[in-house]
Amino acid sequence: MTNTAARLPAPQVAKRPTTKDYTFSRHYWAFSLPGTLLIGAVIVFPWAFTLWMSLHDWKVGGDHAFVGFANYVRLASDTRFLESVGRTFWFTLLAVIIPIVLGIWAAMMFHRNFPFRGTLRTIFVMPMMATPVAVALVWTMMFHPQLGVLNYLLSLVGIPPQLWVYHPNTVIPTLVMVEVWHWTPLVMLIVLGGLAALPTDPYDSALIDGASGWQMFRFITWPLILPYVMIALVIRTIDSLKVFDTIAVISQGGPGTASETLNYFLYLQAFQFYNIGYASAVVVIFFIIIIALSLLLLYLRQRSKWM
Amino acid sequence: MPDILRGSRRQILKSGASALALTALGAPMINRAALGQSSFDWKRYTGTKLDVLLVKNPRSDLLQAHEKEFTALTGIEVSSEQVPEQQQRQKAMIEFTSGKPTFDVSMLALHVQKRLSKKGNWLEDLRPMIADASQTNPEFDFTDFNTAGLNYATQADGSLTTLPHFVDYWMVYYNKELFEQKGVAYPKTMDELVAAAQKLNDPAKGTYGFVSRGLKNANIPVWTSWLLGQGQETVTADGKLLTETPETVWAAEMYARLNKEFAPPGTIGFNWNECQTTFAQGRAAMWLDGIGFATPLEDPTKSKIVGKVGYGITPAGPKGYHSATFADGLGISRTSTKKGAAWYYAQFMANKKNQLAMMKAGAGAPGRTSALTNPEAKVGSKFGEQYFECLAGSAKIGRPGLPVIIPVTEFRDTFGVALTNLLSGGNAKAELAKATEAFKPILEKSEQG
Repeated sequence: MTNTAARLPAPQVAKRPTTKDYTFSRHYWAFSLPGTLLIGAVIVFPWAFTLWMSLHDWKVGGDHAFVGFANYVRLASDTRFLESVGRTFWFTLLAVIIPIVLGIWAAMMFHRNFPFRGTLRTIFVMPMMATPVAVALVWTMMFHPQLGVLNYLLSLVGIPPQLWVYHPNTVIPTLVMVEVWHWTPLVMLIVLGGLAALPTDPYDSALIDGASGWQMFRFITWPLILPYVMIALVIRTIDSLKVFDTIAVISQGGPGTASETLNYFLYLQAFQFYNIGYASAVVVIFFIIIIALSLLLLYLRQRSKWM
Repeated sequence: MPDILRGSRRQILKSGASALALTALGAPMINRAALGQSSFDWKRYTGTKLDVLLVKNPRSDLLQAHEKEFTALTGIEVSSEQVPEQQQRQKAMIEFTSGKPTFDVSMLALHVQKRLSKKGNWLEDLRPMIADASQTNPEFDFTDFNTAGLNYATQADGSLTTLPHFVDYWMVYYNKELFEQKGVAYPKTMDELVAAAQKLNDPAKGTYGFVSRGLKNANIPVWTSWLLGQGQETVTADGKLLTETPETVWAAEMYARLNKEFAPPGTIGFNWNECQTTFAQGRAAMWLDGIGFATPLEDPTKSKIVGKVGYGITPAGPKGYHSATFADGLGISRTSTKKGAAWYYAQFMANKKNQLAMMKAGAGAPGRTSALTNPEAKVGSKFGEQYFECLAGSAKIGRPGLPVIIPVTEFRDTFGVALTNLLSGGNAKAELAKATEAFKPILEKSEQG
C-alpha cells in the first residue's frame, strides 16, 4: 500500500489565480455602464441636486442665490419645523408599537386551530388591501362629530360624542387609530409566517417539563419570532415616518398645526409655498433621520438573530 | 277677397314698393341679429391646434363639451386636459416659470395666481385683441362681464390678462324652516346675524345657529367676509399689510365668537365639505360660504332640506356691504405662437350662450351679467327665484376675498393658523400681531427681484 502510494503522483494544489492571470479588456467595462448610468441618474444625481438646492435660497418662479448652510440654521430655530419633528416621532412611536403588539397577539390567535379560521383571517387582512386615500376618505366621514357613525356607535353604549380629528388634543391618537386599523394585518401576516416556520420539538419538551403557556411564549416563541418582529418593526417605522396620504386627506395637518408631521411640513414648503431650497434642507434632515433609525433597527435585527 | 287686393293698381304697387323697401333696410339688422357670428371670420385660424390646461370641475366639463361646436365653427382643433385644482396650479406655475408652457390657454384661479401671473409675465394682455374688430366677434359684448369679475381679471397696470368666466360669491345659506320656527327674519346686518345665530342656536336639539369653515387656510374667506363689512381688505393696493387694525381684530373676534358660541363642536377642523354636510342635514341654521356649493343642497339624495334653503346676500357690516368673491379666468400664454386662435377659443368659450349654459347646468356663477339675469336660466332650474336674486345682488357688491399678492397660500396658512388659535382660546389682537410679524418678511421678499 505504501508502494502504491509512492507511485501516485503528488496531489497538485490548485494555484489561486491572480489578477495577472486574467486578460482584461477595456470593453468589459461597457457592460457595467447601463447600470452605473441608471443609478447615477435616478439615485446619485437627484440626491446631489437636492443637496445643492438645500444650499440655496430658491423659490420656484424667482431667482436663487447660494446661502451656504443658512437653510439648516433657519430650520434649527423654526418652531413649526421643530414641533413637526416632535410630532412625527410621537406619531411614529404610537403607529409602530400598537400595531406590533396587536399584530403579534392576532398572529398568536390565528396560529391556533379553530372553526372558520381561514375566513376570519381573510377578513382580518382586508384593511391592508384598501388604498390609503380611499380608507382616509371613509374614515373622514365616520369622524364627523355630529353625523359620523363613530359617535353614533358610542352613543349606543352611553359614551358622549368625541371630536376625533376635530380637536388638537385628539387628532394624533385618532390618526394613529386609522394607521393601526390599516396596518396591524401586515404585522400579523409577517409574524404568522414566522410562527408557521417554528419547530414543534421545543414545545413538546416544554410541555413534558410542565411549562406554562406564558413560559412557552416567553422562552420559546418570543426568541424565535423576534427576527420576524424586527422585520415588521423596520417596515412599520419607515412607513409611519413617511405617512402623508392619511394626514393630507383627513386632517390636512390641522386643526391648526396639531397633526402637521415632518412629511406634511415638507409638502407645504415644497408644493404649496414653492420654497424649494428650504424644502430641500428639510428633505436632507428627514433622510438623515430615516437612515439613522433604519440603521439602528437593522442593528437590533442582526442582534436578535443571535439571541 | 283680401282688402289689399281690392285697391287700385296704384295702391297695390305702393304697398309692394313699401314692403320691398322695408325688407331691404331691415334685412342687415335681422341678419346681424340672427346670423351675427357668420359676419365674423371664424375660419381665420382653420387648421391650428390648441393646447388647453383646465382645472377639473363641472365648468371644465362644459368647456370640453363645447369644443366640438368650436371646432366645427372655426376649424381649430382643441386638445384640452383637466387636472385637479392643486396639481393644476403647480403645473401652471412650473410650466410658466420654465418660459415654455406646453399649453396655449390656461384656466387660472385669480384669487391665488393673479399677482403671480403678472409678476412672472405669464399671460398676454387681452385688451388689444378685444379692441381689434377683426379678432373679436361683434356679438362678444365685453361690457357684459360684471364688475366683480373684471376687478379680479384686471391687473394693477390696467392690463386684462384673463377673461373672468366664473365668479364665486360668498353668501349665507339659511334654513328657512328653522328661521320660521323661531320667528327670525333674515339678518340685514352683521350684528343682526350674530343675534339671529344666538336665537337659532339649540344644541339640545342638535341644531346650531351658524356654521363656517374653521380649518386653517380654508377659514380665511370667513374672516375676510366679516372684514369687508368694515370696508377693509387685508392688504392695500400697494402691498401694505392691514392685518393689525382694529377692523381686522373686530372681524377675527366675530369669526371666533360665531364659531365658538353658535357653531357645532369641532368646527376648528371643518372645511367646506363638513359645513355642507352639517347644513344639508338640517343641523345648522346658517352657513357662510361660496354660492358654488348650492347644488347638493337641492338634491334629495344628499340633502334633508330640499326646498327649505334660503339664499341670502352677505349682510352689511358697520362700514361696508360686500360679498367676498373668488374668480377663475381664461388666459393666453404670452409665449404661445397661436395667440389668435387662443383668443378665438377664449371668446367662444366665454360667449353669452356658453355662459348661460353654465348657469343652466348649475355649474357655478358665470362672469357675465346677461347669464345671471337671463330668465331662460330659471326655466326648469332646481333653484328658486331667491337664488338668482342672491347671485345678481352679490355680483353688484363683489370684492376680492383674498389679497392680490404673490404668497397667497402662505398668507392663508399663516393667518389661518392664527384664526384657528382663536378657537382654542387665543387672543385676537395677539394672534394677528404674531401672524403679521411672521408674514411681513415673506410678503416683502415676494416682491423683490
